[in-house]
Amino acid sequence: MEFLSYLISGLSLGSVYALIALGYTMVYGIAKMLNFAHGDVIMIGGYVSFIVMNSLHLPSWLAVILAIIVCTVLGVVIEGLAYKPLREATSLAVLITAIGVSYFLQNSAQLIWGANPVSYTPVISGTLTFAGGALKVSVSSIVTVLVCVAIMIALQTFVNKSKMGKAMRACSEDKGAAQLMGINVNQTISVTFAIGSALAAVAGVLLCSAYPTLMPTTGSMPGIKAFTAAVFGGIGSIPGAFIGGLLLGIIESMAKAYISTQLANSIVFAVLIIVLLVRPVGIMGKKISEKV
Amino acid sequence: MAYKSDKIKKGNMVPFPSRSLVPERDLDKEPVLECRRLGIQFGGLKAVDDFNLIIGKTEIAGLIGPNGAGKTTVFNLLTKVYQPTEGTIMLNGMDTGGKTTAQINQMGIARTFQNIRLFDRLTVEENVKIGLQNQMKYTTAEGILRLPRYWKNEKKMHERALELLSIFGMENQAEWKAGSLPYGAQRRLEIIRALATNPSLLLLDEPAAGMNPNETMELMETIARIRDEFQIAILLIEHDMNLVMGICEGICVLNFGKVIAKGTAEEIQNNPAVIEAYLGKNREV
Repeated sequence: MEFLSYLISGLSLGSVYALIALGYTMVYGIAKMLNFAHGDVIMIGGYVSFIVMNSLHLPSWLAVILAIIVCTVLGVVIEGLAYKPLREATSLAVLITAIGVSYFLQNSAQLIWGANPVSYTPVISGTLTFAGGALKVSVSSIVTVLVCVAIMIALQTFVNKSKMGKAMRACSEDKGAAQLMGINVNQTISVTFAIGSALAAVAGVLLCSAYPTLMPTTGSMPGIKAFTAAVFGGIGSIPGAFIGGLLLGIIESMAKAYISTQLANSIVFAVLIIVLLVRPVGIMGKKISEKV
Repeated sequence: MAYKSDKIKKGNMVPFPSRSLVPERDLDKEPVLECRRLGIQFGGLKAVDDFNLIIGKTEIAGLIGPNGAGKTTVFNLLTKVYQPTEGTIMLNGMDTGGKTTAQINQMGIARTFQNIRLFDRLTVEENVKIGLQNQMKYTTAEGILRLPRYWKNEKKMHERALELLSIFGMENQAEWKAGSLPYGAQRRLEIIRALATNPSLLLLDEPAAGMNPNETMELMETIARIRDEFQIAILLIEHDMNLVMGICEGICVLNFGKVIAKGTAEEIQNNPAVIEAYLGKNREV
């Protein structure tokens, strides 16, 4: 029973990582860049929902929707202002810009909301009891997993079936050829950022509901772990981000429960290193064979 | 050996009112393409200089020249992969100045690549559908919600894609991943994908590269058939002189970024400048 409860909390944590990892992986797949500011968009999503619920006293569903809207706009604006001018620049320049944006968001948040942690009111509360009280599961864990699965299915359908989804896949393979087929590459990249940031907002609300402390650096650690999950699953692959996220969450939860709370993070990253040594493209990553 | 096929009909070339030739049947129609003094400079190197070309509405034209003459650069200028530093490009009478690559495609130029650039991980049919994208008439919301218009359009797109694939008899390979097709089929799929964007001018960059004489012969007939069926103009870059001489009505010869000769196959073959610069002294006839 104990194991099952750790597994469920791992799945729930992993679902949050998976949602964040989807943002990393989609942006990487299409724009071929690592958006290190992604984790901080989560934090902004958390703060927006916090303000809406605690200062404006509006219902929590409205808080979620407003957080999604603000983060989507923020993602598109970041892309347009910071990354778009660097489209032809080296990937290193874009990477450093992304780190700059990350610090900019953290420090702006600190300026606006202060550096002290605030206590977040979980959007979903309550606990379910199974097996005569032996297994307690919070409703928020279940909702988190369900939301993640639903989003994952919707995203897969979108990418595989819709017109914009096909354009995204074409851009991720060959931007030049896609342009020559009449696809507006800039617009496609903006939409990718919009989707990634909307998912980050959802992840922010779910994360803060599970770990109700919110401060300007809240997004960094989950951001880095989700990035790890994306690489773990095979960066650029949507199912890879999903599986990578869930596995990472379970590994972390199990490590905390059975090995050591302090060492949990080290164990997570050690697993990443081992996986990458054995399979450098990640679990679902595709091997790229060079054509001569 | 010269290729001969009675399925390929060449038109008589007549002067177009500005020093250039177009097929007789296109004389009273607006030319599909008109380049005036087109040029691009990379640093100190003029890769293409003073390039003038008129292509008739349904002409099959050839662009030839030794390696490094600037042929692919001309294609990249026409599709705005490179922005010309000089001159103008008129497409169907409209100035293409300031247009992006994607817009140029929507205005009517489609192309294939010297080194094949298919979307390898997408299926054959999806590759063609990417080309059909801009003719699709449903919004993203309708696509996600699967509204009736989505299904109607999807069905139409599917039929259209298969119809296009049947040009090269590839409809049975629709579900294959494009990357897993044999080389020749990949070249053919590139042409189909380009055609799917509904162009008025199709640019083919070495379509016969790596093909044997039989395949080349078949390709020539297909190119002529595409022109006849779609009533479009085709400009091709090719090193196989038999193909160029057998199919192209107007031929433009580039060397060191400059046009050294223009005319019909007969004129080009007998042009001393071309013989010297391009065919060499010990050419095979």
